[in-house]
Amino acid sequence: MIVGLDMGGTHVDACLIDRGNIVEQAKTPTDRSDLFGSIWKTLDDLLLGKDFSNLERINLSTTVSTNAIIEGKTTPVGMIIESGPGLDPSFLACGQENVFISGYIDHRGREIKSVAPEEIEEAAARFRKKGIKACAVAAKFSVRNPMHETKIKEILKDEFFPVTMGHALSGKLNFPRRVFTSYLNSAVYQVFKAFCESLRQALAKKEINAPVNVLKADGGTVSLDAAEKYPVYTILSGPAASLMGSCAFNPADKDAVFLDIGGTTTDISFVADGVPLFEPLGISIGNLKTLIRSVYNVSIGLGGDSAVSVENGEIKIGPRREGFPMAMGGPVPTPSDAMIVLGLLDFGQKDQAISAMKKIGEQLGVDARAAAQAIYEKMGEIIKQKVDSLLADINSRPVYTVKELLYRKRLKPEYVSIIGGPARAMAPVLEKKFQLPCRVPKHFEVANAVGAALAKTTAEITLLADTAKGTLSAPEIGLYEKIDRNFTLEMARRKALELLQQRASMLGAEGSEMEAEITEESSFNMVRGFYTSGKNIRIRAQIKPGLLYELRGVDYA
Amino acid sequence: MLRAKNRLGLIFFPAFDWAISPTHPEREERLLYTQDQVFEEGIADVEGIKFYNPGMATEKDVQRVHFCVPDVMSRVTESHLISAGGAIKAAEVVMEKDVDKAFAIVRPPGHHAQRVVFGDRGFCIINIEAVMLENVRQRFGNRRIAIVDTDCHHGDGTQDIYWNDKDTLYISFHQDGRTLYPGTGFLDEFGGPAAMGYNINIPLPPETGEEGFLYVLDNLVIPILEEYKPELVVNSAGQDNHYTDPITNMNFTAHGYAELNHRLNPDIAILEGGYSIEGALPYVNLGIILAMAGLDYSHVMEPDYDPKKLKQSFRITEYIKGLCEKIYERWRRKEDISRETLKGREYVTRARNVYYDTDGIMEEQVQKFKVCSHCSGLNTIHSRSDRGYEIFAVSIPRDACQACIDEGYKIYKEIPTGKYYKIYLQDRVNDVYMSQG
Ligand SMILES: [Zn+2]
Ligand SMILES: [Zn+2]
Ligand SMILES: [Zn+2]
Repeated sequence: MIVGLDMGGTHVDACLIDRGNIVEQAKTPTDRSDLFGSIWKTLDDLLLGKDFSNLERINLSTTVSTNAIIEGKTTPVGMIIESGPGLDPSFLACGQENVFISGYIDHRGREIKSVAPEEIEEAAARFRKKGIKACAVAAKFSVRNPMHETKIKEILKDEFFPVTMGHALSGKLNFPRRVFTSYLNSAVYQVFKAFCESLRQALAKKEINAPVNVLKADGGTVSLDAAEKYPVYTILSGPAASLMGSCAFNPADKDAVFLDIGGTTTDISFVADGVPLFEPLGISIGNLKTLIRSVYNVSIGLGGDSAVSVENGEIKIGPRREGFPMAMGGPVPTPSDAMIVLGLLDFGQKDQAISAMKKIGEQLGVDARAAAQAIYEKMGEIIKQKVDSLLADINSRPVYTVKELLYRKRLKPEYVSIIGGPARAMAPVLEKKFQLPCRVPKHFEVANAVGAALAKTTAEITLLADTAKGTLSAPEIGLYEKIDRNFTLEMARRKALELLQQRASMLGAEGSEMEAEITEESSFNMVRGFYTSGKNIRIRAQIKPGLLYELRGVDYA
Repeated sequence: MLRAKNRLGLIFFPAFDWAISPTHPEREERLLYTQDQVFEEGIADVEGIKFYNPGMATEKDVQRVHFCVPDVMSRVTESHLISAGGAIKAAEVVMEKDVDKAFAIVRPPGHHAQRVVFGDRGFCIINIEAVMLENVRQRFGNRRIAIVDTDCHHGDGTQDIYWNDKDTLYISFHQDGRTLYPGTGFLDEFGGPAAMGYNINIPLPPETGEEGFLYVLDNLVIPILEEYKPELVVNSAGQDNHYTDPITNMNFTAHGYAELNHRLNPDIAILEGGYSIEGALPYVNLGIILAMAGLDYSHVMEPDYDPKKLKQSFRITEYIKGLCEKIYERWRRKEDISRETLKGREYVTRARNVYYDTDGIMEEQVQKFKVCSHCSGLNTIHSRSDRGYEIFAVSIPRDACQACIDEGYKIYKEIPTGKYYKIYLQDRVNDVYMSQG
């Protein structure tokens, strides 16, 4: 049996899954002042009277780190930023104290200017003076050569904790995001650690030994131990939980649009050949862009409770929510009122919904039913248009080879999956607008908990072998070693897959769930003068997000 | 996050799967380190900077500019059409006001490609700027355009294409042709009968540094541009004036390129040459991007940058001052020079030998321009390569008068079949291109 738990802004949902069937569900309101308490209460309810010895794992999607960041309840961080030449780095000052140092490493990972230990000592003195305990170090091109970040950590580690190093979080090139991601990891470290400790204690008390995993924004999991070390991986996992949960009810190998229609917003995601589409670089939180891989998710201000008005004879829906639908005593007409009038939804006072539609109808010169129909159609239209424009963006993401430019795969959805309160009600109009089959999973109210439950560990590795320089780097596991001049692409592939297994084990993967794949590879002939001086081999490999099982049960298809 | 002062479009297409040959300077690796630098700087996250994929130039886009022997599709590869397509994309997003400026970092380059194309010259087959500009003129109407070529080599292709076009002012900075390929680009190459003075060459001595380039810009190029009043300024942004470039002898820097770009303030920049792929390109391209976006570029610097070592000698400084005066004086007197040169002449001919270094082909060519008081004048090209192909091309310019149009078609039709390997007609007025043979 597997436990899946998703903590949302208003509720904590949990489910117990036994061999592909949901056998138990639980739900409690989220107490923002006691997130751990809310989770524990939900788990307690879910497992009441169950035999814990059968528990294979407990998977959680939590907002512990996310809330700390959004509510500003983070730890002060001392930042050491080694920016080298390039952009004016002053915009990177995201810590409580920020020290810019003068060393630098170039694009091939060569040390151009070494770390000046006195600059680090001076930084330490500044942090000390402010009583800062947590640090983060980010150097430009540290993913090409982690030496400077490692050296600086060596100097700081006895006095400061944690000391996050940028290269360990992601192998991708993007220095500003490396700075912000490192900062966030140190900033949420204590909050998340406290959560981990409470959870471990509570589980021990109940004698539950099942391994605990935490959902990441990319739809994969990490073990609780790894999450404690890299808490930044746990931010903004909600959309991933929802998407993975929806995936569990849908065909596994097609392109599709995934909609989560709520009261205030509609979230839009996509899958390509059944695999979630990612943000190109990483997720943004507040005004910080990160390198945390995440599912692509766009939220628009359109939901069942969005305010409906008429402007210049045109229906306008959202982006604001003024309150409940009028059928529930709310202040302004909403799409929910329209769907109640059309008989697609059934809650609240129907007569109040009708008077809401009359109000809109008067301004349009039609009766209540026609107004309701127009709002309903408009809502479908807005979603369709937004999805089309996102698809156009996605299909024009930059490419860098002639082959990709001419023959790249273009995302072409074959169905639409809808979850959320008005999902069933919206399915007919969306089917008409999209001209695609729409699918509504039966248990969508626990889709997020299901997504968390069924998610598997994901991991990535970035490998660069520079045979002219004779070095190999794989930043995510801190590897930087000498290689032979005769190192080949084939050797690099094997090495990458081997390192990926290592990385995945570090993050908590079990052997059976690892489906490793190489996602990008290239090998460049390096020529200096008129002679080949070596090869520049680049590989990216991943264990992609996937589900332990698929579930059955779609009631609108 | 950072916000760009100017909205900037970037067409970054390194064509990582294309090379002239495995060890050729124009190979897969060329923009690899530039990409690393651009990615690592997080340029894609700067608000106001937007990346676009290139499109693909069409056969017709090429025919507006070139006479390819035997035809477009047998001369170009997909990569050439994409490189030109990248340039077109840059112009398009500027013209459609999607962005304020655009920079196409594409390869292969184009500024050595002339009107007639028998093969590859100086790594160029089609002139990507010219293909772009003629596409723009076709779609958005004629524009008065200035091309400022900051590649170290003389852009002899661009010069040839716009030789007789007053609406396209071509200004080329380059290392003196007596010391570098292609060996042209002197002061007396001044333009055809309809555009005399609108082709400006600035041959600079080897070891010209930041001081010299900026002096030329401030004291010659900008004043000329102020008088010309272009609607569009294009920087043909070759980067081989850099002090680390392996095939040239100049002392220009990444900061200098950024500064030049900032002061020139072009609407569109297109990468041309530049083969110091590790020591220069990552920094120069970054500098140009930042300058075009209106961001601070003062922290852009090469690892081995040493201002003392790169200081320009007094002798060079003085030489450049004199050179600028001479060139400006000729620009000022262009109408007089034109009148004196053309007095009583019905035709002007231009005979040259053109060498295709990359492909080892020699071409002998005579261009003949009609001096017409109503338009730029019909012109023809008679050309023969040492591979034994002889062609004849008739070109009707964009602004042609009816008489010149009629004459063009008449000549084209009256040439007996079989006389040449190929006969071409380029009718820019009606955007019609044909050939026979
Ligand atoms: Zn030039
Ligand atoms: Zn050049
Ligand atoms: Zn005429």
